Amino acid sequence: MAAVATTPRQKTGWGVTNVVVIALALIPVLWMVSLSFKTPTAILDPSFVPAQWTWSNYQNILSTTTFTRPLLNSIGIGLIATFISVVLASMAAYAVARLRFPGKTLLIGMALLIAMFPIIALVTPLFSIERALGLFNTWIGLIIPYVAFGLPLGIYTLSAFFREIPWELEKAAKVDGATPFQAFVRVIAPLAAPGMVTTAILVFLACWNEFLMALSFTSTTAARTAPASLAYLSGSSQFTIPTGPIAAAAVVITIPIIIFVLFFQRRIVAGLTSGAVKG
Amino acid sequence: MSTNTQTTTVGAPAEAPARRKPQLSEGARAERNLGWLLCAPAVIVMIAVTAYPVGYAIWLSLQRYNLELPNAVKFVGFSNYAAVLSSPYWWQALWVTVLITVVSVSITLVLGMLLALVMHRTLFGRGTVRTASLVPYGIVTVAAAYGWLYAWTPGQGYLSALFNYSAPLTSQYKAIAVIILAEIWKTTPFMGLLLLAGLSLVPEDLQKAAKVDGATAWQRFFRITVPLMKPAILVALLFRTLDSFRIFDNIFILTQGNNGTESVSILGWDNLFKALNLGIGSAISILIFICVVIIAFVFIKGFGTAAPGTDIDKR
Repeated sequence: MAAVATTPRQKTGWGVTNVVVIALALIPVLWMVSLSFKTPTAILDPSFVPAQWTWSNYQNILSTTTFTRPLLNSIGIGLIATFISVVLASMAAYAVARLRFPGKTLLIGMALLIAMFPIIALVTPLFSIERALGLFNTWIGLIIPYVAFGLPLGIYTLSAFFREIPWELEKAAKVDGATPFQAFVRVIAPLAAPGMVTTAILVFLACWNEFLMALSFTSTTAARTAPASLAYLSGSSQFTIPTGPIAAAAVVITIPIIIFVLFFQRRIVAGLTSGAVKG
Repeated sequence: MSTNTQTTTVGAPAEAPARRKPQLSEGARAERNLGWLLCAPAVIVMIAVTAYPVGYAIWLSLQRYNLELPNAVKFVGFSNYAAVLSSPYWWQALWVTVLITVVSVSITLVLGMLLALVMHRTLFGRGTVRTASLVPYGIVTVAAAYGWLYAWTPGQGYLSALFNYSAPLTSQYKAIAVIILAEIWKTTPFMGLLLLAGLSLVPEDLQKAAKVDGATAWQRFFRITVPLMKPAILVALLFRTLDSFRIFDNIFILTQGNNGTESVSILGWDNLFKALNLGIGSAISILIFICVVIIAFVFIKGFGTAAPGTDIDKR
């Protein structure tokens, strides 16, 4: 932003730097795309660009429920868990940002602890509990832990956003006879919508990415999510190298995220940095 | 500004007695009840999914409990812990995890800082750089891990071909290096964005003043930028360290923990799903939990990291 006169040399320097950064970020992704278009014979050729291009890997994975059903599970589980997380987190974040009540510090400390929790420490007991309750290998069995891990993220991000909302409007609503609850639903919620969208994106990305619990709490395609299904694509093809199909599946689950990121990048950056850095 | 991040939990209890009047007014009581009511669902879910299972894991860790022998469940005290702590596998896994954490977090910090500086200072294409660097952040770790796996597979991968058709995933330290590389690629953007937010809090005037006083770029960076960014750096480091310590996805795909690349998370998982041993698996879980608590404690007490969010009720 500094309005210093720039020399052509500086321009070239920054240009080269930018190109290096972009290349480092994108080459591994392009490699995966390239693999997904390679024919089974071309897979054994380490060149970066396929010699022959084929759609067959995509046709292969999209024609079996081994992958399409987990894709559906991922979308469904992700959306439901995100919705519940954002609703519950915005209630708590509203209380944190606006109300005075004892136990607030405790709530924040607890959310912090959970945000940093080693998930593997929960896998053993939750596996046992879910089997006892009949939640093992069901959507609910994944939605509940996803909500729990979405909540700390949601509470942080949302309370940061909620603190930016002008106080006076809420007071004005109360003066006009609204109860605190009405003030929340009618006045604050619409103002909070952008923050809630941002939070929803971050929580959905986290659910979409989650692997350890998806792998541990599912046993069939009834509830297995897409990331966990990749591990099974590798085992399923017996006579062909599964590289092509796995690469195609990896691209399929990556593309929505890249579009998401391109579309919402400002929100994602704002959300990532709101809760973590500034007090 | 960033100055208030240091006053953490001290603020809250000090305020509380001042607020507590002999009798709560009607409005204050309604506010308190609404506060509790709004937080209750979130608290219940978080406790149900974490606190209760951890308690259950502690109980499980004191039992001899193998899923293959459901009738042989027996209270055995701390012998599961003794078994884990006397096993070379645990110490090997802990060493690998610490090695991956320390190396990947250090390199990520340096690269993240460079990325933040590029995003902060570059003359043009700021948006493009930021978008491109968000791609590794957003990508599914497992999907990216397969990309790295095939890239390093001899005969298939361009990186293997580039390094004389080597097979790094078959030897311990080379495999760990590949795992670290995959971690760094994935997490540098997150670090960069957190640091960028800290960087934008450093006043431009201070930089200019130092420049006028004859400070070199290095001096300005280490004497002004870094100290002012300290809270942001420490929070980013805390997040990244704890996240890296629970590394699972990349190792699971790249090596399945073979060739001495097992992390503590992989070890815990194997004990549950390969050995079907709930007792030992739970003991490992609890030990990992203790490690994480120690790391968080060291960061918060030792380095004076403001626990993120603790100053949240400062309006």
